[in-house]
Amino acid sequence: MYWEQEKECLARPELLQLQLGRLKKTLRKVGATVPFYRNAFSKLKLDPGKVKSLDDLHRFPFTTKQDLRDNYPYGLFAIPLREVVRIHSSSGTTGMATVVGYSKNDIANWSDLVARVLCGAGVTADDMIQIAFGYGLFTGGFGLHYGAERLGASVIPISAGNTKRQIQIMQDFKTTALVCTPSYALKMADVMMDMGINPNGLSLRFGLFGAEPWSEAMRVEINERLGIRATDNYGLSEILGPGVAGECRECNGLHVNEDHFLIEIIDPDSLEHVAPGEVGELVITTLTKEAFPVIRYRTRDLTRLLPEPCPCGRTFVRVNRMMGRSDDMLIIKGVNVFPTQIESILFDVEGTEPHYRLIVERENNEDKLTVMVEVVESIFFDAMKKQRAFMEMIKKRMASELGIGVDVKLVEERTLDRFDGKGERVIDKREL
Amino acid sequence: MRVEQIAVFLENKSGRLAEITTILADNNINIRALSVADTADFGILRLIVDDVEKAQNILKGGGFTVGKTDVLAVEVADKTGGLATVLRSLHSAGINVEYMYAFVNKTGENAVLIFRFERMDEAIEVLLKDGFTLISGAQICAL
Ligand SMILES: [Zn+2]
Repeated sequence: MYWEQEKECLARPELLQLQLGRLKKTLRKVGATVPFYRNAFSKLKLDPGKVKSLDDLHRFPFTTKQDLRDNYPYGLFAIPLREVVRIHSSSGTTGMATVVGYSKNDIANWSDLVARVLCGAGVTADDMIQIAFGYGLFTGGFGLHYGAERLGASVIPISAGNTKRQIQIMQDFKTTALVCTPSYALKMADVMMDMGINPNGLSLRFGLFGAEPWSEAMRVEINERLGIRATDNYGLSEILGPGVAGECRECNGLHVNEDHFLIEIIDPDSLEHVAPGEVGELVITTLTKEAFPVIRYRTRDLTRLLPEPCPCGRTFVRVNRMMGRSDDMLIIKGVNVFPTQIESILFDVEGTEPHYRLIVERENNEDKLTVMVEVVESIFFDAMKKQRAFMEMIKKRMASELGIGVDVKLVEERTLDRFDGKGERVIDKREL
Repeated sequence: MRVEQIAVFLENKSGRLAEITTILADNNINIRALSVADTADFGILRLIVDDVEKAQNILKGGGFTVGKTDVLAVEVADKTGGLATVLRSLHSAGINVEYMYAFVNKTGENAVLIFRFERMDEAIEVLLKDGFTLISGAQICAL
């Protein structure tokens, strides 16, 4: 099942030709309209007009998340704001957040690309899709919503949270396709058991899961417990949101929508391309984005190419499900969290370099983040009530700035090991 | 009128309290009164000692987080209702107690109540007006 068969099954030589044309146009556009790219290109004496092959892209500089932050909020937009019809943003305080924009055409393309992903998973216009991703600045909810509407399916825009109600609605409205994070799907299975609801008695057939890393073992568990076919899909707000890549019914890797995105896999240290099939960091260049084109964006997601042709007939290359991160970003309940965000909050309340440790666990299929903080004099109170109020204050600030609830545990000074690298401050106990 | 108290942050790990009292004893510091407020995860130990500066430095040097606060010490006869009369006086003046603890002096005749208030000056005024005896740190140590 295809959404746009002629595009999704385009012969490789024609696809590469299409990519080259779009790449040249994108490079010329950002070189002309975005000061950040203009400066970066001229520093390296790169002329977008002289690009002759897809390989020429490799001379162009990478774009990083920090570049996006440095240009907060609109510095990287390539069209005037009046032509921007939508803004999305990552969570975080000023200086940490990233902002992306969409033109009318971007939204139309986004809808089609998500429709492709839904179609690839087996969803059709006859399906009832329950979207349990958060709506709002996060791209997950709206991205899937627009794609599902484009497909002509019926959408239940329930958004995230309130698991019992999700299940009640799933039962009453006869949901056939569920969209959420894979861990939330397992949590739903748990709650169904508590509620005495047999998943086999529901109408549910498909699950489209993304926004966090998962494993084949989790897929098997979800399929068995919910009686569905779970497929993986991938996207990130810096590039588009959902719709960048998705699994077909083969459930063996995600087809990248290559007519809209050019991908590379690099060694995160040497920044050189890895051999086909080797694990490396995914780098994406957008080919059709108008409002927020990005050149060689370092996603920090680790994956590998699956170069063999797929039996489904799509010619778009597949990538392995995401295998990890090349930075210290954590994905907790589908929300991206950087230890530096937590560090800056602690720095702010302590007035000094904080010593902390982050513990990530999965309890009853739900992620849990515990922030262990060494107590220094500035945050130590002789009255228990004040000490507790202080902890509540940190929790509230973290919840509002990170977008997820955290636990805070106070520990004695000098009890947490001192590390050089920030990554080591994180202990991720989740076994996927 | 005020008495200096030190507070120490403690994780609820067995033996920590013993460690602190040992460190202080090894350095010839006398603990006159002690109280622990705790939760499942951590506790706050409060101490009245005969040498506040020294105790503070030694504990800090030992890696503990130490704070210093002023408290009030009220001496009452160690008999039924001693505490109640003090609390009644504070309550009728609208003064909230943040926390309190008590100990009995060596002769066993009087009890010393240690109070921490949000509004210390007002508390002093009220207690003196109602005829209670406030004692100093030096007096506590001399008991
Ligand atoms: Zn396929």
